[in-house]
Amino acid sequence: MSGSEPLLRVEGLEKYYESESDFIDRLLGRQKEVKAVDGVSFEINEGETLGLVGESGCGKSSIGRSVLRLREPTAGSVYFKGQDITTLSDSELRDLRKEMQIIFQNPQSSLNPRLTVNDIIGEALDIHGIEGGVSRDARIKELLERVGLNASHANRYPHEFSGGQLQRIGIARALAVDPGFIVCDEPVSALDVSVQAQILNLLEDLQDELGIAYLFIAHDLSVVEHIADQIAVMYLGKIAEIGTPEELFAPPQHPYTEALLSAIPEPDPLWEGDRILLEGSVPSPIDPPSGCKFHTRCPRVIPPSDYEFEQEEWRAVMSLRHRAREADIAVETFDAEGAELTAALREELDLPSALSDPEAEQVVQEALRSVADEAFADAERLLSETFETPCTTDEPVLRRTDAGRVACHLFDPAYENGASDGTAAGDGPTTSDGTSAGSAPSGGD
Amino acid sequence: MAMLEVQDLNVRFYTDDGVVKATDDLSYRIEAGERFGVVGESGAGKSVTSLALMRLIDEPGVIESGEIRFKGENILEMDEEEMRSLRGNEIAMIFQDAGTALNPSYTVGEQISEAIRYHLGLDEAAARERAIETLESVGIPSAAERYSDYPHEFSGGMQQRVVIAIALSCDPDLIIADEPTTALDVTIEAQILELLEDVATEFDTAIQLITHDLGVVAEFCDRVMVMYAGHPVEMAPVEDVYYDPQHPYTVGLMSSIPRIGDDRDRLQTIPGRMPDLIEMPPGCNFHPRCPYAEESCTRVEPRLVDVETGDPADPINSDAQTAACLAHTGELTGELDYEVTVQGEDAPTESGPASGTSTGANDR
Amino acid sequence: MSSETSQRTTERGRIRVSGFDVDRVESRDPLSSWEPDLQSEAGRGRLEYAWERFKRNRLALFGAATIGLMVLLAMFSRPIQLPGSFPVLAGQTVQPLSLAPADPANQDVITGYREPTLENVLTWPPTGLYLFGADWAGRDILSRVMYGGRWSLSIGFIAVAMALLVGIPLGSIAGYYGGKVDELIMRIVDMLYAFPFIVLAIAVIAVLGRGYWEMILALVVVGWLPYARIIRGEILSVKENEYVTAAKALGSRDRSIITRHILPNAMAPVIVQATLSIGTTVLVAAALGFIGLGLSPASAEWGVMLNVEQDAIARGRWWAGLFPGLAIFAFVMAINLVGDGVRDAFDPQGDQTDTDTGGLR
Repeated sequence: MSGSEPLLRVEGLEKYYESESDFIDRLLGRQKEVKAVDGVSFEINEGETLGLVGESGCGKSSIGRSVLRLREPTAGSVYFKGQDITTLSDSELRDLRKEMQIIFQNPQSSLNPRLTVNDIIGEALDIHGIEGGVSRDARIKELLERVGLNASHANRYPHEFSGGQLQRIGIARALAVDPGFIVCDEPVSALDVSVQAQILNLLEDLQDELGIAYLFIAHDLSVVEHIADQIAVMYLGKIAEIGTPEELFAPPQHPYTEALLSAIPEPDPLWEGDRILLEGSVPSPIDPPSGCKFHTRCPRVIPPSDYEFEQEEWRAVMSLRHRAREADIAVETFDAEGAELTAALREELDLPSALSDPEAEQVVQEALRSVADEAFADAERLLSETFETPCTTDEPVLRRTDAGRVACHLFDPAYENGASDGTAAGDGPTTSDGTSAGSAPSGGD
Repeated sequence: MAMLEVQDLNVRFYTDDGVVKATDDLSYRIEAGERFGVVGESGAGKSVTSLALMRLIDEPGVIESGEIRFKGENILEMDEEEMRSLRGNEIAMIFQDAGTALNPSYTVGEQISEAIRYHLGLDEAAARERAIETLESVGIPSAAERYSDYPHEFSGGMQQRVVIAIALSCDPDLIIADEPTTALDVTIEAQILELLEDVATEFDTAIQLITHDLGVVAEFCDRVMVMYAGHPVEMAPVEDVYYDPQHPYTVGLMSSIPRIGDDRDRLQTIPGRMPDLIEMPPGCNFHPRCPYAEESCTRVEPRLVDVETGDPADPINSDAQTAACLAHTGELTGELDYEVTVQGEDAPTESGPASGTSTGANDR
Repeated sequence: MSSETSQRTTERGRIRVSGFDVDRVESRDPLSSWEPDLQSEAGRGRLEYAWERFKRNRLALFGAATIGLMVLLAMFSRPIQLPGSFPVLAGQTVQPLSLAPADPANQDVITGYREPTLENVLTWPPTGLYLFGADWAGRDILSRVMYGGRWSLSIGFIAVAMALLVGIPLGSIAGYYGGKVDELIMRIVDMLYAFPFIVLAIAVIAVLGRGYWEMILALVVVGWLPYARIIRGEILSVKENEYVTAAKALGSRDRSIITRHILPNAMAPVIVQATLSIGTTVLVAAALGFIGLGLSPASAEWGVMLNVEQDAIARGRWWAGLFPGLAIFAFVMAINLVGDGVRDAFDPQGDQTDTDTGGLR
């Protein structure tokens, strides 16, 4: 990272969608917002690759499209070569399209089936009036050969090519306008292993030769590790951790990064790494969890310092709290009453028959009684008020650690001794981000 | 006798463009409780093998010859009635896309208990009880309540659990899992693989896992068959395939996966692409992409042989590592001069990212 | 050859394969004459494939031939003169042929019905006269059916073409832009759909009066609705394709995105629907004619012919109604065969029959 302005700088990017609604809802303005991207900042230098990883629905594709203004960002700025492109007019934007391009995940649907390869690549040249006449054909030929295709196939239609070849055509189309920056939206996810390696190598060769910067979006951490200079791990619209691959894979790690990494199946039959199995699936972005968005699945939620918890017990209590919040406990299906019912609930929730801390045990018992009466709100309130943890109340910000920047309270000195002091977050993070402008997303709303 | 023995299976598809040899004299076996992996790229004929086992190959596909013996009985000679009682009851299938494998207009509970009632002849209440038990065993919380939920009310991972529950409901002896985790996120994939592993152990069910993901195979399978263009090119216990691959295609596959911790700059690739199955290269199908190919490879079609003795393979009775390459029958003048090294054994502490010292974070 | 030296580990990326030398493949001459060919013959688009499939569908070809024959018979039944208002060539005859055995308007010397018999053909020169018999005014029904095709068929084709011209742009705009425009257009469609098709057409004719172009207008008013609806739905799904996003990312203008990338890929179902509805349009036109709201009673439009012979059938003069009715039937049947053929041609999966033999021979 040099001191000069990076090629692309994204600051506090937000993209909200309106959830599905019908005519009447629209008339009455009764719509819910889906926070697909919720305050994301990063930068990409010339000729560098930023990998963006996350599970489906984390907002990584929305970022790719918003950065190019293929979808209008809800808020935030995108500076390309120092110019804020979110303020550009349509015609200014059209000129900028020459410099920013995109390649897609699905090669079948990213090429118009009714146009020949010649037309597909030629369209890019025509729009920007780049080459005409004989030199147009020559340029198309050159582009096809550059991406490793037989130039004599220019008059064929997309359905005549294999997936890997189609992806090469898509890359040729993006290259046609000679861009300095390309968003690669899962470009190899739909390809076979050997073809995937070919395309990754091609992308790297192009970067070396033409100095193109990539925003490389993928769900596969091993692919991103291979190609990226910087990796950002996303969870529910926010960046959980960002850093170089070495930093990312070295501790300290965001618990989500840790879990994501551990879940990748290693192509080595003798590998026996520890799996961190996350519970459940990603919560809905319509109604995301408060505080740290990962706390509902996090195996390392900070326990309250006033009570003594075993990690397992604490996890079970959190799970009880989460399910009380969602009212997701089918009390009526347990064929029991009174003490038997609470015992059954304990079993269902993996709670030990008695917590090690007697005070905490009392609270949990009371909460379980509320649950047994199906008073979920009471149980939830009781648990959240008694067992206060910053993970559910304060949103963590990205702060610099020994390895990369991590958005997790575990690495916040204010919470080093547990969660007794719930006021520290937010006011004056103890870190400075050095040259990285637009340090941390400060939470959308 | 193994539980499942496939012998010289030939499946052809008669299309307008020509005859597609989807599998060509395919033989393998699966022992009771074994986890057998079928690996290959798209179009290698992986899925056809599983559909053939269930006799679900549709027009214009035809099983031309061969035998599929399940517990000694030839599936291909069964009548429709016997076949129906076999499907779902003794052999069950798990598909890639759980969203479409479930019928959206019935509750998941009905879909499970339907299979149970049909195959096990239980009455409605007993079937319901068993369905709930099965749902619980695949880790669906509040199974009794979710029994009456519709598929769309489940997340992708949970839908795949339901599909697995349906497969398990009649306690099959063999589960065919066709890319069961491909459509899932990696954290969910880990959950599902663990679940499959648990149920396979618990119910002593054999699993034929079809996948393109070498990581999944390494983690899950006991033995592997690598397929290329309708042929098995290598069949061996999983460790041999990964640490000592004997077919150039396997070597190419192994070298083209990006591995975390491998800091080499370029990935190795296999040049070109898989031939379409209508017009195949002569001799060894892989020769146009193989760095070790010689003139003889274009003339002789290699058969699966024992890599140590060079004798024709006997996949039904033997566990030996077999590969279909002329190098193992002495018909190749050169040799397969690739090398597989295992970091940390010969040259200890190569810096992988896990052990790498984190530089650069502090000095900015 | 087994891995006895390896041990269990928690470190990733241990296995490294080297020496799989790709350059050797790329630098050597191909070992065999086999070429990694593309999947099909060169340069054929989907339309050509659809045409190939259509050509193999015999029923559809039969339908197309029937329609072609009917159109030719209508065109060449009587000579065509350009109208007097036509510049330069006013009054010129552009089509001199006259296949109809008699002038469709010419009444026989003896006014009245005449049964269709082969004898008539033989005994009454010129040849072929009264093959289908004569109507109440003694006019040759065969000639009238041939000549009447000019109205019935052209109403079908023109009304559908004009309905497409209205429906496709409106549906495209609604689908592509969405939002308020979409809401407005689709609510209008919903409203018009709330009227029965025929009632709406009758209402329009009641306002405008009877006549050829009035009839077409009435058919267009109700006819554009399905196209707008279908094309909107198609566009909603086609515009999600990444090639549309790619065109936007290249800076294409909206007009070019719609006409070049979206419409060509959204047209197939509209074409199928349009083909099928030529038949229904002809039926509706005939129905309007039958209830007396079509063309003038003197014209030979098939529906009108049925109308004026309403009571003839009851009195045993079956031929007066049968042949115009058969003409309508044959045309609609033929157009439906073609329509089904077009649909199958665009959707090759649809026609595969599912046999439950599990692939066994």
